[in-house]
Amino acid sequence: MPSLSNTVAAKAKQPSSSSSGRALTGFTSGWRILLLLTLLLASIGLFLGWNVKASWAFTLEYRGYKLLTLLIVGAAVSIATLLFQTITANRILTPGIMGFDSMYILIQTLLIFLLGSVGFATISPYFKWALESAVMLGAVMILTSILFRGTARSLHYLILVGIILGVLFNSLAYLFIRLLDPTQFSVLQDSMFASFGSIEPSLLLISGLVFLLAIVVLYRLHSELDVMLLGRNSALNLGVNFSQRTFLVLALTAILIALSTALVGPISFFGLLVVHLTYRLCGSYKHRVMLPFAAILGMLTLVFGEFLLQHIFQFNTRLSIIIEFIGGTFFLLLIIKQGKA
Amino acid sequence: MKLFLSACLIMCLAIVSLFIGVAEISSYEEFKSVVFLSRLPRTLAVILTGLSLSVAGVVMQALAKNKFVEPTTTGTVEWAALGILMLLIFWPEAPMSIKLIIACLFSMVGASTFLFILSRIQLQSDLIIPLAGIMYAGVISSVITFIAYRFDLVQSIWIWIQGDFSMILKGRYELLWLSAILCVLAYFTADQFTLASLGKNTALNLGLNYHLTLFWGVTIVALISGITVVIAGIIPFVGLVVPNIVSLIFGDHFRKSLPWVAIIGTGLVLACDILARLLAYPYEVPVSTVMGVVGSILFLILLTKQKHHA
Repeated sequence: MPSLSNTVAAKAKQPSSSSSGRALTGFTSGWRILLLLTLLLASIGLFLGWNVKASWAFTLEYRGYKLLTLLIVGAAVSIATLLFQTITANRILTPGIMGFDSMYILIQTLLIFLLGSVGFATISPYFKWALESAVMLGAVMILTSILFRGTARSLHYLILVGIILGVLFNSLAYLFIRLLDPTQFSVLQDSMFASFGSIEPSLLLISGLVFLLAIVVLYRLHSELDVMLLGRNSALNLGVNFSQRTFLVLALTAILIALSTALVGPISFFGLLVVHLTYRLCGSYKHRVMLPFAAILGMLTLVFGEFLLQHIFQFNTRLSIIIEFIGGTFFLLLIIKQGKA
Repeated sequence: MKLFLSACLIMCLAIVSLFIGVAEISSYEEFKSVVFLSRLPRTLAVILTGLSLSVAGVVMQALAKNKFVEPTTTGTVEWAALGILMLLIFWPEAPMSIKLIIACLFSMVGASTFLFILSRIQLQSDLIIPLAGIMYAGVISSVITFIAYRFDLVQSIWIWIQGDFSMILKGRYELLWLSAILCVLAYFTADQFTLASLGKNTALNLGLNYHLTLFWGVTIVALISGITVVIAGIIPFVGLVVPNIVSLIFGDHFRKSLPWVAIIGTGLVLACDILARLLAYPYEVPVSTVMGVVGSILFLILLTKQKHHA
């Protein structure tokens, strides 16, 4: 699939010709972001204020933690996916499909296995988080350098290897859990599904800080990301240190995935959906626009989705299951469409 | 001759498998009851499952004309699990035979819809097929999780479909013989699958009744998937890696390679089951987990191999 990066680059050069922009031509990107932001604020209001039965103080605190989690995860996953698609120059990869989040789970399990569940529980959450992220970062670097070595590998090969690696990491993690202690197995298994329920405040604090740091770095990087979207050769010609920047962006992706996985567990397809909607709706291919747009759209989707699920439909289910279903179907359609094109 | 030697090797593995267990055996009477009630049925179940899953894999690969698919990566098995979930919801006390029929019907739907999707995709790369299959399976299993969550059955369905031989006793595995018979039938119709794997037009030119072969193949795959899911649960990757290993060594003539597929498949599942029982002794790990690790590593190796001589 050699033409793929070219197509992306070609599209990047002519934003006005995209089929997407037409629906909303009257609006500039700034207005679109503003519109989205208004929607987000409205859903936050609904999420916090709908049907309050207990005292306001209690409800706000309880829902506030959950809201913060949803916001951080929504933004982090969307941004990570967008970055990953930019540096790999294709539009069906996400860090989740490439096995990144199952790798995080494997690392966590290995730590439990090595330290024992008591040791694991007693180390400081900050240290634990730093350790996990560091290990994850290293592993991601090694993996991607192996996977992306040589450009001859086809896209489908990469995805397939990624998916199978994900299966491998999951099975290994599961194996270690079974070896660990059969009685605690069910407790530990709980942490393997994405849930937006119980969140540790300390974890939320680190995640928030790291997330803000990542935003600052990204803000400084955005113009170089635009150039990188044009492909390796063009970027090199235009004076971007491509491999060094790729490394930095991959590191950021790994950190963002690590923090969102630590908070809620793996959600593979969510980013894919949000980023594709961003390409269609945001009306620009500049990262200065796309990054905030994707982040806000991600937050909006999660907050509004959770609001609908809990208060309107009163569904006894997890948002992640529905996201997985919609995202999986969407991915299938993307593959079929690509096969036809 | 080689075939005979390998069969002997499988026998040795089977005998080893007979002697692994937690029960203390002191007298001959105890030995007899443990072996005939639990261990022999288990070993037989493992053998039959390994054999039929790998044969189902070969047939699926012939039908999809692609080396990287098998019932567990194309949604067939997930559909069978969906059928079982439906029964758990609407008729929890259904007898084994009903469970079996429903599971087989559902996996029939799964296998045919996957082949239908395939006929709609224009292929650019061989790897789109397994990719589409895996996503299709993923979508079906999220449907399963969704429904199971709604009805508070996550635990039950999880236990049902997890590939595991620890619950096998005398009287609970005999239906697997049915899938072994299907494998024998597959052997006798092997030449037709060889022709079908050449593609529709070639097969029609060579005088094959293509649609009948397709239907027969889907039936074999669906029945084997249904039976093994009901009795043993989902065991991933067997049908994927075994036929590939065999085809790397012995080529793609089904009638010649099928016995090898059966033997290597049996050996792989037996070995993994023995490993599953020993890893956390005296507890045991589900064989599907061990197979997930072993199978995905083997699959990754095969993928890199394929790339090299492509």
